[in-house]
Amino acid sequence: MSDLVALAERIVAKAKVGEEIEAYVARGHDIEVRAYDGEVESLSSATTGGIGVRVLVANGSEGAKLGFAWAGSLDDEVVESAVDEARDNATFATPDPDVAFATPDGVSAAELDLWDQSVADTATDEKVALALELERRVRAADPRIRQVSSADYGDERVEVALASTTGIRAFTQRTAAFLSVSAIAGEGSDSHTGTGFSVARGFSGLDLDRAGEDAVERSTRMLGATKVPSDRVTVVFDRRVVSTLLSVISSALSGEAVVKGRSFFAGRMGEKVATGSFTLVDDPTDPRAFAASAHDSEGLACRRTVLIDSGSLAGFLYDTVSARRAGTASTGSAVRGGYSGTPGAGCRALVLQPGHHDQQAILAVVGEGLYVQSVTGVHSGVNPVSGDFSVGVEGLMVRDGELAEPVREVTVASTLQRMLQSVLHVGVDIEWLPGIAAGQTLAIGDMQLSGS
Amino acid sequence: MAGWPVARLPAVARPLGAWLKETLGDLSRPGRSDAVDTMTPVSAPPLIDSDVLERVLSASLAKGGEMAEVFAEDRQISSAILDDRRIEELSSGRERGAGIRVVIGETTGFAHTADLSESGLLAAADAAAAVARRGGARTETVALPARRLAPEHDFVLPSEVEKSAKLELLSRADDAARSAGAAITQVQVGYGDSRRRVLIASSEGMHSEDDQIRTRFNVSCVATGDAGMQTGFESIARTEGFEVFGRFAVEEIARIAATRALGKLDARPAPSGELPVVLAGGSGGILFHEACGHGLEADHIVKDASVYVGQVGEQVASALVTLVDDGTVAGEWGNYAVDDEGKAAARNVLIENGVLTDYLWDWLRARKEGRPSSGNGRRQSYQHLPMVRMTNTFLLAGKENPDELVAQTPKGVYVAKLGGGQVNTATGDFVFGTSEAYLIEDGKITSPLRDANLIGNGPEVLRKIDAVADDFAMMPGTCGKDGQSVPVGCGQATLRIGGITIGGTAA
Repeated sequence: MSDLVALAERIVAKAKVGEEIEAYVARGHDIEVRAYDGEVESLSSATTGGIGVRVLVANGSEGAKLGFAWAGSLDDEVVESAVDEARDNATFATPDPDVAFATPDGVSAAELDLWDQSVADTATDEKVALALELERRVRAADPRIRQVSSADYGDERVEVALASTTGIRAFTQRTAAFLSVSAIAGEGSDSHTGTGFSVARGFSGLDLDRAGEDAVERSTRMLGATKVPSDRVTVVFDRRVVSTLLSVISSALSGEAVVKGRSFFAGRMGEKVATGSFTLVDDPTDPRAFAASAHDSEGLACRRTVLIDSGSLAGFLYDTVSARRAGTASTGSAVRGGYSGTPGAGCRALVLQPGHHDQQAILAVVGEGLYVQSVTGVHSGVNPVSGDFSVGVEGLMVRDGELAEPVREVTVASTLQRMLQSVLHVGVDIEWLPGIAAGQTLAIGDMQLSGS
Repeated sequence: MAGWPVARLPAVARPLGAWLKETLGDLSRPGRSDAVDTMTPVSAPPLIDSDVLERVLSASLAKGGEMAEVFAEDRQISSAILDDRRIEELSSGRERGAGIRVVIGETTGFAHTADLSESGLLAAADAAAAVARRGGARTETVALPARRLAPEHDFVLPSEVEKSAKLELLSRADDAARSAGAAITQVQVGYGDSRRRVLIASSEGMHSEDDQIRTRFNVSCVATGDAGMQTGFESIARTEGFEVFGRFAVEEIARIAATRALGKLDARPAPSGELPVVLAGGSGGILFHEACGHGLEADHIVKDASVYVGQVGEQVASALVTLVDDGTVAGEWGNYAVDDEGKAAARNVLIENGVLTDYLWDWLRARKEGRPSSGNGRRQSYQHLPMVRMTNTFLLAGKENPDELVAQTPKGVYVAKLGGGQVNTATGDFVFGTSEAYLIEDGKITSPLRDANLIGNGPEVLRKIDAVADDFAMMPGTCGKDGQSVPVGCGQATLRIGGITIGGTAA
């Protein structure tokens, strides 16, 4: 820890008169084991580290100019040249009165324990054995499982230090471990895939049974799937899919997208944008959230933000710069893609206020419709600017309130705006998934199913 | 949102491991980045001297490994973003390191390091060799052949270009996009260049280097009308230097992006259900990338995880389909001299007149089958294991006139530009999105359509291709697989699919 903080402070100390410097220093250790056909297919291990340096040069009344440089190394000589390069890059930026680094805002950071030492302390042999056991179990679980294309164990330890001449000092550390398995079920010439996984802070929190059973169930229940005729349907989205949907919607709730006119929520604060049962919150201080964090990527305390309150648009997520552009304060929502990225506004831990029913009860209430197990083409078919929504889906028809025959090679479509106004049920079944949003069953009415 | 500015073509669903790394976020790979001005001429000294490589490879095999390989990489990246009328970010970055793999039987050990000193490499070799401990200890002396040098080129290196010259392109594009119409309300312009030097040495006598220069430019526009906002995107991406801007006018790229967004302001919802679809020449070629390209990658084949297993020699597509993967097409985005295992890029015919002729191979999967690699072993960076990847994948042109092809289609959808796509290789089901599409009514292109995904099954759709025109063009993309992204090209002439499901909302 201390060496990363010290390095960040050494970088910041290089600031010249009229300059602000921010240093982001990260280091990670990871291991990944892939099992296949009873053998170790691959075993990878690595330590990586890097820095990202931002330099802000005052430019009189016009504001300041920002430059950035990064390097995949923690060596002093490389760090030195990154600072010089960031400084040089700053000379070419457009002066901007809204460009600034975060300054401490008096909000104290939550005390979160996101470090599980078992990730570091468990012998590699045990990790390898777990991947092999997962693979063996899925192969043996059902005669229709004809292939397990991969069974992986992985873990990661990440440490990040942030410092700036504007008074920021932050250090975060966290661990994660995961199991994931991809199964292929087959009968005759019909094949279907299913993935299962388990994530936890540490080795001991992993649920091998759950990961395996999920992969087996999701692949075998799709056997015999067919394309169905086009129709208007109620869609019940699986928890994992909802996590993806919320992540997409969240990009329209970024203050940066709003202030730059790239969000369909822009200019609609306080308006009814969703049905009354829909309350969406980002709370990175909840330690159950996979991406929970005490500090954001500019070193401010992470905090709870209500985005949609009983259907009314209630808030956006801001980092320092987007907040200044919008004339408001940062919500501690700066995120960045590692040391090679610059901060932007984004969520870390979205969750819907739970409703009253679990998946089974929602299916029973819905009666007739389509249950969606997985979606494809989210990046090509969901546009958070226009709101257009069209994705490929696999799933099962819902008949008489229960899961019925499997369906493949169809799409469901609507617009995000219309979907939010057509939420029928929010599940009580919160599951903290990897990524930036929890999963919960969600039923949405009046969607277009396209098939034969 | 500030993703890689070229259309993405993610392949199979992202495995959780890669996802975790991304969401943990603090150490993910460069998405957009940078340039440090320490360029080396092509005849520069190697990233690692051959005597050091020989000692590291020998040490890698000391625990009983059957093959050892060092992959060294020095990548310098620079990027600039103009957004909301401001030069918002000028970024430079550098990443240098080596990945070492040791293979014994069916098992691969892998470790990487940013420390290219002999001691750093030996430590990584030791970690990679840990998987080989069941093998007997032995003394192996690896002797490398002479290094195959990176080909000479006369590209204008990114480091030779003033930063101000790069930034001027951004402003010109911004102006051009905004002048395309008053309804253009937001413009983002991105520039990026990279120089990637690689060196590959293995105990099987591989000793090759390459020097890859890439340049990209992209414009994203938002247009606002009475019915809300629409987006338009256009890019160029070439394995060349700054001289590409002598051939491609940034104003034209901007105008295309802006026109695309403006045209959709009046768009109606895309149809729902099955219709004939005409894909314009160069609209993406994503069809083949997803419908069969990924399914022909030998890693899926050897694991029996592709619908194309056992189909060599079979008619898998319409006789109009001749599909080629070719890493040697000068300047294209998926081009290189040698792959990330040191094997020379090649032109590989995958489907000839509808008959499947071969799969794509890397070293590991080819070894299993006792055949040579096809030069398709690629990796995102030194921090990744290589796997089978496409390069530039394209359908050879046909003979028809593209206009007549539309005229012969009474009712359908005309796709002028595709977005990305995704495939499940085990089932063959794939999607690809439209970013500029129109209705075809009575043989004429009519109303613009809002964005939607199309869904089909690879082997079925390939058989339904009933016309191919003569207007061939390529398009760049970023292909994601198993958490790794690599640059690829896709190409095709105007073609028609007899019927495919369109995922719109109109009944």
